[in-house]
Amino acid sequence: MHTNAPLQRAIGRCLVPVSGGLAFLFLLIPIGYVFAFSFNDAGRTNLTWRGFTLANWQNPCGAPEVCESLANSLQIGVISTVLATALGTAIAVGLVRYRFRFSATANMLIFLPLATPEVVLGASLLAQFLNVGAELGKGTLIIAHTMFCISFVVVTVKARVAGLDPKLEEAAADLYASPLQAFWRITFPLLLPGIMAAALLAFAMSFDDFIITNFNSGNVDTFPKFIYVAATRGIPAQANVIGSIMFIVSLLLVVGGQVLAHHRAKQLAAR
Amino acid sequence: MALLTAAGGKAGAGGAGTAGGDPELDAARRNGRTGYLLILPGFLFMLLFFVLPVFSLLATSLYVKPEGADIGQFVPALEFGNYAVVLQDYWPAIVRSFGFALAATVAALLIGYPMAYLVAVRLREHRLLKGILLVLIIAPFFTSFILRTQAWKQILSDEGPVVAVLRTLSLLPEDGRLTATAFAVICGLTYNFLPFMTLPIYASLERMDIRMIEAGGDLYASPASTFRRITLPLSLPGVIAGTLLTFIPATGDYVNAALLGNNQNTTMIGQVIDSRFFRVVDYPGAAALSFLLMLAILFLVILYVRRFGTKELM
Repeated sequence: MHTNAPLQRAIGRCLVPVSGGLAFLFLLIPIGYVFAFSFNDAGRTNLTWRGFTLANWQNPCGAPEVCESLANSLQIGVISTVLATALGTAIAVGLVRYRFRFSATANMLIFLPLATPEVVLGASLLAQFLNVGAELGKGTLIIAHTMFCISFVVVTVKARVAGLDPKLEEAAADLYASPLQAFWRITFPLLLPGIMAAALLAFAMSFDDFIITNFNSGNVDTFPKFIYVAATRGIPAQANVIGSIMFIVSLLLVVGGQVLAHHRAKQLAAR
Repeated sequence: MALLTAAGGKAGAGGAGTAGGDPELDAARRNGRTGYLLILPGFLFMLLFFVLPVFSLLATSLYVKPEGADIGQFVPALEFGNYAVVLQDYWPAIVRSFGFALAATVAALLIGYPMAYLVAVRLREHRLLKGILLVLIIAPFFTSFILRTQAWKQILSDEGPVVAVLRTLSLLPEDGRLTATAFAVICGLTYNFLPFMTLPIYASLERMDIRMIEAGGDLYASPASTFRRITLPLSLPGVIAGTLLTFIPATGDYVNAALLGNNQNTTMIGQVIDSRFFRVVDYPGAAALSFLLMLAILFLVILYVRRFGTKELM
C-alpha cells in the first residue's frame, strides 16, 4: 500500500469493478439477445434480424410445437416439484433434527447425485428402465426429474432447518403443544420461505433440464428438447417469447420473495 | 495472527449452513421413530431410482450381443471386454471432455470471482444495487439454457457482431471463425456454468467480516497480500464448491459441444454416450462409457476435496 505507484493503485481500484462489470455483460448479453429476437419478424427460422414485430408476443402458440412442448414441461415440472419438495423436506427435517445410526451414509446418498454428471444419471436411469421394460414417457420423466431435484431440495431446506432455533419447539412443547402441533404451527411456518425457495429451484431445474430428459423421454417433447432438435434448422421466434416470459415471471418471483423476506424480517424486528 | 485464525475459523463454521458439528444443535437432536419415518419415503425413492439404476448401468455394461441377435438385443453376461473396446475407441473424447471442463472451470473462476467479490464486498453497503446484481446472477437459471446457448452460437457466428469486430481489429484472419471451434465450446461451457461458480463464492465472501480486510491494511499488508492471505483463504470453501459445481456438470455436458462445436475435434463424451445409446443402439458400450465417466469424476473429486477440502464438504 505504501510502496505502490499511484497508477498501480488506480488499476487496483478499478480492477474489481471493471472485470466484474464485464462479467455481468458476458452473462447478460445472450439473455438480451433472446429477448430482442422475440420481437423479430422471422417466420420459421429466427437466425437474422428482419424487422420489429409484436406478432410473436400476440400469438406465442403460432408455432404449435412450442406450446405443446411447453405444456409437457409445465406438467412434468409441477408434479416433480411437488414430489421432490415433499420428499426432500421430510428428509431435511429428519436428518437435522433426529439422530440416526447411519446418518453418514444418508448424507452420502443425498450428496452423490449432485456429484454425478447428468449424462450418467440419465444413462443409468435409462439402463434401469430398459432392464425392467418400462415404457419411456411422461411417467419416466417425472421419476427422473423428482430424483435429481430431491438432492437440491434437501440441501436447500437443510440449511434452513439448521438455522432454526430448536428452543422454539421446546417452548411450544412447554406450552402443551403436541409434537405435531409444534411442527405445523411453529417449525413449518418458519421453514416455509426455505421450502418455497427449494421448490422454485426444483421447478427451474426440471423445466430447464435437457440431458436427463433426453435419455428418458421416449417420444415426449419437452420445451428444451424441442428447442434442441429445432436448433439445427432454426428455432421459431415464439420460443424466444416463451423464454422471455419465463425470465420475467421468475424475476418477479425472486424479487417478490426478497421483498417478502425483508418485510417479515422487519415485522419480527418490530416485535 | 492468532486473532485472525480464530475469527476465520468462526466465520467458516458459523456460516457453513450445515448441521454437522454444532454441539447445541446436536444436543437438541432427538431419538425416536419419527425421524426414520420422515426420511424413509425419500430414501426408498433414492434407492429405487438412483442406487439401483447405477447397478443397472454396471450390469448393462457387461452385457453381450449374441450372434445374429436383433438390434438392441443383449443378454446378461460378465463381458469386461466392453470397457477395453470403448476405452480404445473413445479415449480422445474422454480426455477432451476433462480438458474442456477444466478450461471452462478455470475461466469461470477467473470471471466469477471478481463478480462475486464486487457484489459481496465492494457493494456490501449499497443494498439496492447489490440486490439487483444478485438477481442478475441468478437470472440465467430462468431462461432456457439451450435458448441461451443457441443465442451464443448466433452471436459468435460468421455473420455475427463478435467475428466482425475481431476481423476489423485483425485479431482474427479474414477467413477465421469462432463457431465450430474448441474455443466456442469452452466459451459456451464457461457461460453456462458461470452462476454455479459465482453463487458459492458470493456466499462465502458475504459471510466474511469486512474488518479483516481493514485489519490487513492496518498491519501494512498491501492489497494484493491482504487478498492472498486473508480474503482468498476465507473464500476457499466457496471456491471449492464452485469449481466442483462447474467441473462436474461441464464434463458430462454435450449441449455446448453439439451446438457450438464441429463434431470432429470437439466431440465430448456425453455426445458419444448419447449416440451409442440412441443411434448405434450399443447399450453395453454406452453403459461402460457412462460408468467409466462416473468413476473418473468420483476419483478426481475425492482427490480434490482431500487436497483442498474443508470439513464443510462431504
